[in-house]
Amino acid sequence: MDATALKEREGQIVVKGEAPFAIVCNKDSLAGAVSQRACVFCGSRVVLYPIADAVHLVHGPIGCAVYTWDIRGALSSGPELHRLSFSTDLQERDVIFGGEKKLLAALRELIERHAPKAAFVYSTCIVGIIGDDLEAVCRQVEAEYGIPVIPVKSEGFKGNKRAGYQAACDALFRLIGTGDTTGISPYSLNILGDFNLAGEIWMIRDYYRQMGIEVVANITGDGRVADIRRAHGAALNVVQCSGSTMRLADMMEEKYGIPSLRVSYFGIEDMAEALYDIARFFKDPAIMERTKAIVEAEVKQLAVALEPYRQALAGRKAAIYVGGSFKAFSLVKAFRLLDMQVVMVGSQTGTREEYEELEAITDPGTIIVDDANPLELTSFLTEKEVDIFVGGVKERPIACKLGIGFCDHNHERKEPLAGFAGMLNFAREVHASVMSPVWQFVPRKKGAEPTR
Amino acid sequence: MSTNPPAKRRAKRPNYLSTTNACKLCTPLGACLAFKGIEGAVPYLHGSQGCATYMRRYIISHYNEPIDIASSSLSEKHAVYGGGPNLKLGLTNVAAKYRPQLIGIATTCLTETIGDDVRMYLHQYAEDTKGSVGLPTLVHVATPSYAGTHMEGFHAAIRAVVAQLSEGGPLTGAINLLPGFVSSADYRLLRQIMADFGLDGSMLPDLSETMDGPALVTYEKIQGGGTPLAAIRAMGRSRATIEFGPTLVATGGTVLAEKFGVPHHRLGMPVGIRETDAFFHLLEELSGRPTPEKYAKERGRLVDAYVDGHKYVFGKRAVVYGEEDLVVGLCSFLAEIGIRPVLCASGGTSGKLEQAVAAVTADTLPEQPQVFEGMDFFEISEMAQQLEPDLVVGHSKGYPLARKLHVPLIRVGFPVHDRIGGQRLLHLGYAGAQQLFDTVTNAMIQKKQDDSPVGYFYM
Repeated sequence: MDATALKEREGQIVVKGEAPFAIVCNKDSLAGAVSQRACVFCGSRVVLYPIADAVHLVHGPIGCAVYTWDIRGALSSGPELHRLSFSTDLQERDVIFGGEKKLLAALRELIERHAPKAAFVYSTCIVGIIGDDLEAVCRQVEAEYGIPVIPVKSEGFKGNKRAGYQAACDALFRLIGTGDTTGISPYSLNILGDFNLAGEIWMIRDYYRQMGIEVVANITGDGRVADIRRAHGAALNVVQCSGSTMRLADMMEEKYGIPSLRVSYFGIEDMAEALYDIARFFKDPAIMERTKAIVEAEVKQLAVALEPYRQALAGRKAAIYVGGSFKAFSLVKAFRLLDMQVVMVGSQTGTREEYEELEAITDPGTIIVDDANPLELTSFLTEKEVDIFVGGVKERPIACKLGIGFCDHNHERKEPLAGFAGMLNFAREVHASVMSPVWQFVPRKKGAEPTR
Repeated sequence: MSTNPPAKRRAKRPNYLSTTNACKLCTPLGACLAFKGIEGAVPYLHGSQGCATYMRRYIISHYNEPIDIASSSLSEKHAVYGGGPNLKLGLTNVAAKYRPQLIGIATTCLTETIGDDVRMYLHQYAEDTKGSVGLPTLVHVATPSYAGTHMEGFHAAIRAVVAQLSEGGPLTGAINLLPGFVSSADYRLLRQIMADFGLDGSMLPDLSETMDGPALVTYEKIQGGGTPLAAIRAMGRSRATIEFGPTLVATGGTVLAEKFGVPHHRLGMPVGIRETDAFFHLLEELSGRPTPEKYAKERGRLVDAYVDGHKYVFGKRAVVYGEEDLVVGLCSFLAEIGIRPVLCASGGTSGKLEQAVAAVTADTLPEQPQVFEGMDFFEISEMAQQLEPDLVVGHSKGYPLARKLHVPLIRVGFPVHDRIGGQRLLHLGYAGAQQLFDTVTNAMIQKKQDDSPVGYFYM
C-alpha cells in the first residue's frame, strides 16, 4: 500500500485485524491527491434539490449550476421545478461591481415565471469573496412575493460536503415551524434523508401507509414546501443517510422535542429493522401486528426470489466506496446476505464512530478507507481481486478500465435499491455485472489477449 | 412529408436575465480536456475541491474513461491568505504520485477572484525546487469561469501550451493541426488522414487514446497517448498550422504565426462534403499529393448515399445548438443535404456565429436561419416551439427539448450523457459525414414509421 498512498494519508487507510482500530477522518482533502469528494455547495445542493416545488437558484458563475442540472434521479409525483438548472451566470462585471442587482432581478423573474412555493438561493465560492448580501436580497424578495426565500450558505471552499449538509439543514430549519400542524395524527413521522431516487420514497411511504402511520413531510425526496413547513407537527423523525440530515433531526429535537430514529432502507435486515423500530416507538400493538405482517410477507417472497442469485454469487468478492459510510453498513450486510465477501469498504465523509461500526461488522483483512483517491482504489481492487465494485459515477471508469464489475449505488441510478423490492434489484444488478460473459475477454483474466 | 413549401416562420427571441439550463460549460472544464490530450499530462485546477470533482464526473459520464483532475483543495483560510502554499504542495504531491511529464494548471473563479498570482507562485516553485530531477513541465492558464465558456477555456489552454512551450529554430517540415474540441474518434481519423497524405502531423490536443483507451490489466496512472511534449516544443518550427474554428480569434495558431511566423490556415470544422473538401484541398497543397484513393472512394460513397437518401431529409427543419464552431460545421452539412437549420443557438458569445453560419450556408439555403449567441435551453425551447422543427441536432442536454417537441434528437458533440460511446461518434471528414447522414436520414425515416398508423416496414 505504501506505493499508492501519500504519506499524509496513511492514517486514513486501515486494515481490520492488523492493529487496534484507529482511523483518521473528517479532515480536509490533501492538495493534489485527487479526492473523490466534492464541496460545500455540492452537499447543500444534493440535499435540497429534490424539493420539487421550489426554485433552486445558484448564485455564481455558470459551472456550479450546469454540473448539477438534474444531477440526481430524484423523482417527483407532481411539480418538477427542481429538474431545472437556474443560475445568475455571473460575469466579470458582476464580480467587479457585485452580483446583488442581478440576483434580485433573476429571483423576481423566476418567481413570476414559475410561481414556486419557496426559493433557495445557493452561494458559490466567489459570492463568499465578493461579499454579496444574500440575506438582504432574500429578505426583500420574500417581502415582495410572500413566499419563503432562503439563502443557503454553501460557498464551495468553506469546508467539505459535510459542511454543505449543515448549510442545507440550516436552510430547511428556517422553513420548518412556519406551517399549520392541525390535524396531524399522533402516529406520524417525517422521512429524512431519502431522496426518492428511482421512486424509492414511494415504496417506503407505502410501508408506512400499510402500518397505519401518517407521513407528514418527505425531507427531501419528492418533497414539498408546504409539507416541510409543518414537519414540526410529526411525532417522529426517521433519518436515513444520517450524514446529510441527522443534524436537522437534532435541531428539531432540541426546538420541538421530536425524537428521531436512525434507519437504513437498504437490504432485508436493515429494512425490516427500520420498520420494527418505528412500530416499537409508537407502542401500539396494532401497528406492530401490521408491521410483522408486512415484513413477513415481503421476506417470504424475497427469500425465494433471492435464492438463485445467492447461489450464483456466493463467495464472490465485493468492494464498496460511497459518499456516506452509513450506506456502507447496509451494503456490507446486503452482500453478506448474498454470501459475498466484502474486502474493501470506504467513504468520502465518514465519521470516527461510523468507521468503528464498520470495523465491527466487517471480516478481518478488510481494508477500511476514508476519502480515497483513484490510485488507492485501483490498487485495492487489484490487490484484493475484486469481482464487483459498488460506487458512483466517478468510481465507474476505474472498475471498467480494469475489467471489474460495477454497481452504481449513487445519485444517477434508475433502479430502486431501497426497500425489500430494492434488495432484489440490488441482487439482480450485482448478478448482471458479475456473471457477464464479457470478463473472459478482459486482460485481467489469465489467457486473454493483452491490449496495450 | 409536406407537399407544399413551408411558409416562412420566424420566432421572437426572448430576453431574460436569469439563466435556465445553460447551453455552455465553464472555462476550466475546457482547459482540463485540452490538457488531457497531451502525453503524460495531469490537469490541475487551482481552486476548491468541488470544481475538479464535478468536472471529472461530467467528463466521465460522456467518455466512461478515467480522468484524474488534481486540485489545490483550497479551504477558507487559503481563500483569505492566498492559495500559493496549497498550489505548491499540490504540485509536489501530483509530481510524486503520478510522475507526469506535464501538469496543466488552470485557475478557477475562486482563485481569480482572490487574485492569486499563479505565474509568480510557479516562479517561486521553480526557485524552491531548483536542482530537483524529474520534475514535470508546468503550464498555466487563466480560466475564470465568469468569462466565456468551456470552449474559451479549451482554446486558452491550447494557446497557453503553445505560447509557453513551443520554440523556434530550423524548419522541420511538420504540419501543426489544431482541430479544437472534437471526439476521440475524430482525433483518430485526423491522425490517419495526415498520415495517409504522408504528412508529419503534430496534432494538439490528441484525445484519441487518452480518453478512449483499451481495457487494461494494470491501471495506468496517466492514460497512454496524447500529443508528445517534443512535438509541441517543435511546433514553432513547423511549416504550417491548420486550425479549425471560424469563430476563433486569438489562438494557438495565431501565437505560432506571430511568434515564429508559421503560416496559419484557419478552416471550418470539416463537417460534410464541402468543408471536408476545403480541408483536403489544403492537405493536397501542403503535401503536394492528390487525395489518397481511399478518401476519394469514401467521398464517392458519401455522394451516392446523399443521392439515395435525399428525399427523406429535404426541407426538414432543424434546431442546432452547442459549441459555436461545431454549430457552424453542422449547419454547413445540414444545408448541403437539403435540411434547413431554422435556429442556430450557442451559449458562447464570440460575436461571429451569425456571420460564420451565413458564410457556409448562404449559397445553399433559401432563407437564413435565426442565429443567436448567449442562449440557454429555456430560450431555445421557447423559440423552437414557435419554429416547429422536424429534428434537433446537438449534445444530449437537448433531450428534454426534443422530447417536448416529439422530434428526434441527433446526438453530436459533447456531452452525450444518455448513450454509451460519445467518444466514438464521428463528425469529421467524409467518414463522419457518412455517419451523420445515415443517422439523420434514418431518424427521419423512423419518425415517420413510428408515427404511421399502418406500421409499414418497407421504405
